[in-house]
Amino acid sequence: MKRHWQLYLLIIPPVLYFLIFKYIPMANTILAFKSYNVTQGIWGSQWAGTKYFEMFFNNPAFFTLIKNTLVISFYQLAVGFPIPILLALALHEVRNARFKKTVQLITYAPYFISTVVMVSMIILFLSPRLGLVNTVTEALGLEAVNYLGKPGWFRSIYVFSDVWQTAGYSAVIYLAALAGVDPSLYEAAKVDGASRLQKIRNVDLPGIMPAAVIILILSVGNIMAIGFEKMYLLQNPLNLATSEIISTYVYKIGLLQSNYSFATAVGLFNSVINLILLLFVNAMARRVSDTSLW
Amino acid sequence: MQVERRTIREPLGDRVFMTILYILMTLVTLAVLYPLIYIVSSSFSSPSAVSSGQVWLWPVDPSIDGYRTVFRNDQVLTGYMNSAFYAIVGTAISVTLTVMIAYPLSKKTFYGRGPIMMFITFTMLFTGGLIPTYMVVKALGLIDTRWALLLPNAIFVWQVIIARTFFQASIPQELNEAAEIDGCSDLKFISSVIIPLSKPILAVLALVYAVAQWNAYFDALIYLKSQSLFPLQLILRSILIMGNATGTIDASEMARRTELVNLMKYSLIVVASLPVIAIYPFVQRYFVQGMLIGSVKG
Repeated sequence: MKRHWQLYLLIIPPVLYFLIFKYIPMANTILAFKSYNVTQGIWGSQWAGTKYFEMFFNNPAFFTLIKNTLVISFYQLAVGFPIPILLALALHEVRNARFKKTVQLITYAPYFISTVVMVSMIILFLSPRLGLVNTVTEALGLEAVNYLGKPGWFRSIYVFSDVWQTAGYSAVIYLAALAGVDPSLYEAAKVDGASRLQKIRNVDLPGIMPAAVIILILSVGNIMAIGFEKMYLLQNPLNLATSEIISTYVYKIGLLQSNYSFATAVGLFNSVINLILLLFVNAMARRVSDTSLW
Repeated sequence: MQVERRTIREPLGDRVFMTILYILMTLVTLAVLYPLIYIVSSSFSSPSAVSSGQVWLWPVDPSIDGYRTVFRNDQVLTGYMNSAFYAIVGTAISVTLTVMIAYPLSKKTFYGRGPIMMFITFTMLFTGGLIPTYMVVKALGLIDTRWALLLPNAIFVWQVIIARTFFQASIPQELNEAAEIDGCSDLKFISSVIIPLSKPILAVLALVYAVAQWNAYFDALIYLKSQSLFPLQLILRSILIMGNATGTIDASEMARRTELVNLMKYSLIVVASLPVIAIYPFVQRYFVQGMLIGSVKG
């Protein structure tokens, strides 16, 4: 301990960072059980018991919020989880190095576009008057549609634009797993006269299974934490029926309406459900495959 | 003869399979590429060509009116400067803090390594949430200051794990022992041995933090009020998404106003994304390396 005193000195600033910006906020969630009063501060305010949680559960918006959050998350998972795997499997088959590199370079690029720009692009493309999509629709003799104003379209727009943006990036991890597959397995498959499809099913898929399980656990663990950033920007008064989710709701009641205690209660509920889900999925994964986070 | 042929040429089924695969992948790649080309082509077209939907693939009636409008906009220029500041200073702070914690945690002889690692990774599983974090930033008096964008999310736990794994895997133990025998202190060892040996990981960290800082808008949205501090992304949001382009166009252009505002959006998207997209092909391998280092369990 004495020998490394300089290293202990070194970790003080980062540890303080975690204490101040991560752990004090955790302690601050006590706010959910208090009626916040600006002059008395968090710790001096009166206890409110579970009043704010009851307020949330009895809120007419409760079921819609939970439903919107869950449906869009599972939709995202169902589409966004397999596509990068398929892309990686396909890329792994390609022998032409130049083709492979080009495909990777292009599909990876949208990952670097910011959320604001991504949403702007969606709005520009889907604009009912000037957008490319509607120009095509009208050229075909069909009626223009205000896609972002239709609650029924919202989820698909959200999910598929996300696939467009992140599939190439997510495929990288699977490509790495595929590169690590024991070459003798491929030789054995060749000797046995396996077709490419058989080889994919029996060698490639088992090879990426551990990586896929980890990614799946992490995704399910994030089910309730679906991104505020993109959702909030895509929202408009017309699509709120399907686009209002827990995190956007917390932002609105908390910061825009200054209802701190209520917003903290809703946020805490969300975090706890999330943690439970993560622990549950991790335990499941450990039981059915040998892979788990810890 | 037949045996020979089978070893050289793939069976018919496989060849059909591969042909379909190549076609599908080409289509997928074009589908990813097309929106990007469309945006760039539109940005170099004339205002009326864009507004009347004449652009399909290449610029129509080429002009740089869109870019002229963008660069005449003070908000955009201020936002650009602010974002450059946040990206440079924020990256410096983040990389320094990340190395400060990752290096000690990479040493097996560092007492308390396990608990500290737990202390850090737990913040990935559970967070206080929006309001409780906001209260901390407010209590520290950081609301509406530049610090609000530099400090509250300065360290990404995932990057700490990546850096730690790198230090563990690529700094030979013997170097450290030799240094200790020679009476070299830990800090001296870090500055004269670790840093020079860790250029690849420092590049990965700097890139990840810089891109994240350049693309972020959420912290600015909740913590900043003064427009003079706004990063580019927040300016983009007001112009591109909320449609507040007022005051950006002078009176003589009133007639073409709507068309110009529409065209300017495309140019603005290109200008805002250029710094990141332009360096991306050259740094892609670092990003991939970063992901791969992190995926090795430490």
